[in-house]
Amino acid sequence: MRISLPFSKARKQSAARTPGSSKLRRKETLTFWAFIGPNLLLFAVFTFWPLVASGSWSFVRWDLISPTKTWVGLGNYRKMLDDPVFWKVVRNTLWVGASALVIRTPLALVLAVLLNRRLPGSQVFRAIIFSPRFTNKIAMAMVWAWIFDGQFGLLRAPLDLLGLTSPDWLLDTTWALPAVIIVLTWSGLGYAMVIFLSGLQSIPPVLYEAAKVDGASEWVLFSRITMPMISPTTFFVMITSVIGALKVFAIPNILTDGGPLWSSATYLLYLYDNAFNWFKVGYGSALAVVLFLFILLITFVQNRLSKRWVHYN
Amino acid sequence: MSHTSWSNSRWTSRLGTAVAFVAVAIAAILIGLPFFWMVTTALKDWKEVMIFPPVWFPAKPQWQNFSVAWQQEPFGRYYVNSTITMVSGTIAEVLIAIFSAYALARIQYRHREAVFLVILAAMMIPSQMSLIPNYVTTYRLGWIDTYMGLVVPSVSSVFGTFLLRQAFMSMSPELFDAAKIDGAGHLYSLFGIAMPLATPVIATLTLYLASAKWNHYLWPLIVTNSRNMRTLPLGLAWLSREGEYGEVGEQHKMAAVLIVLIPMFVIYFLAQKQLIEGISAGALKG
Repeated sequence: MRISLPFSKARKQSAARTPGSSKLRRKETLTFWAFIGPNLLLFAVFTFWPLVASGSWSFVRWDLISPTKTWVGLGNYRKMLDDPVFWKVVRNTLWVGASALVIRTPLALVLAVLLNRRLPGSQVFRAIIFSPRFTNKIAMAMVWAWIFDGQFGLLRAPLDLLGLTSPDWLLDTTWALPAVIIVLTWSGLGYAMVIFLSGLQSIPPVLYEAAKVDGASEWVLFSRITMPMISPTTFFVMITSVIGALKVFAIPNILTDGGPLWSSATYLLYLYDNAFNWFKVGYGSALAVVLFLFILLITFVQNRLSKRWVHYN
Repeated sequence: MSHTSWSNSRWTSRLGTAVAFVAVAIAAILIGLPFFWMVTTALKDWKEVMIFPPVWFPAKPQWQNFSVAWQQEPFGRYYVNSTITMVSGTIAEVLIAIFSAYALARIQYRHREAVFLVILAAMMIPSQMSLIPNYVTTYRLGWIDTYMGLVVPSVSSVFGTFLLRQAFMSMSPELFDAAKIDGAGHLYSLFGIAMPLATPVIATLTLYLASAKWNHYLWPLIVTNSRNMRTLPLGLAWLSREGEYGEVGEQHKMAAVLIVLIPMFVIYFLAQKQLIEGISAGALKG
């Protein structure tokens, strides 16, 4: 994420402002606030206040209905440390993030590199591979729940051919999380691929032509030009993969609702259950604070690492 | 370079293209397969559904599956709810983005950059963090189970503001200066000059927001109680759970899924290029 800040430009423009136009300036200021006011008000109410509220509610016990909140200090955070389900969902979420890093990202990169060769029908392929991103997640999860059906599911067919017994994916503590990960990989692959494709297309073709004249092989072209040149894109995809794992909700909610026995529950699912099914606002808020801190940490690490490792031209 | 080695390298390049084509085609088939399975299942008789090994095509398409699915849940009402939520939310957010972006790009104000930094900071706070407090706020405003509650908490704009601010800043200042000399105000500059020039960006943003709002699940799940206020994704979710009691067959569920997806497929088919490019541009810029 690179955002150009307008400081220098604004300075120049304000220097050119005619003197003695304080009335005009006041009018400009009023217009400015009128234009941006609604957005800022919405941020104040629905983004910044929630940060403060979540922070303070994480120190209380509250059921959302009763008028009083009971101060418990660090109680909710201490409870988190002793809560086996919390650690379970953290582990599951890490698995989801790891799968995005080691399965989805490389697959997306390979597909993008292949599609970038100006294949016949590449527009059609791109549209098909991207389409899950655009499809309603509830609808996709329902189709996959049917595919995973242990008795009549489509996935049983290839497993039968290989002589394997199909597990009852969504009802099996071992296989429920892999099932969720399969669907997440399927649905997120196209998005990552499209991001990689636009990264690949921004590489100047001159670089390849020069290397080809020197007789470089395809592998050399890939490892010496493509990989370094798209490293910012790769980094972006990796970071969004990890943060994305924390935001997974709809697909496990429909496929397994986190079950059986929390085996496929992700972080946000547990937060939702605490806050809105069990009305444990304090504990839910503490979970939200931890989620926020984790995302801050990742962003901080991203900033640090990207300066050191990533090649920006 | 001799003639043979030249044709040789062209041959390897062709082979490479062929291998790439096959690999990409396999990936596309695997990714498209669930969609295919959804369509054929929706047209099957229950005897063709509850069978193994699976039957690929129904002997006779069972079109009545769609009317059965339609009656399982008030999908007409859900369509209305989803449409109202999406249209009003998208219009509101696009307008908010346009006005904010214009202010940040084209109005002289001393603390403009500070305001911009505040909006930048809002981007750092994930919406998941705000779920509980926003539920409480919505409740206190009396907006539970209302369109206001569905729409308003998610119409503030960071992404769109960025995108449009960038577009407005890249426009040449002379365009605006001429209008200013003629005595035109900011509203004219915005709607007469900046907006028409930014039409492609606004169109992309509108499509992107509309599809995101149409597919919203978690917030509507939290903020609605009554069946009457459910949106389409919620309706589907309820149907998928009802199915567990065996009254609704998989063929009906898949028919319902198709009822919900077909309008989106049409839009995707028509605007696929803009959507994909808009999303990738947004990811790299925002």
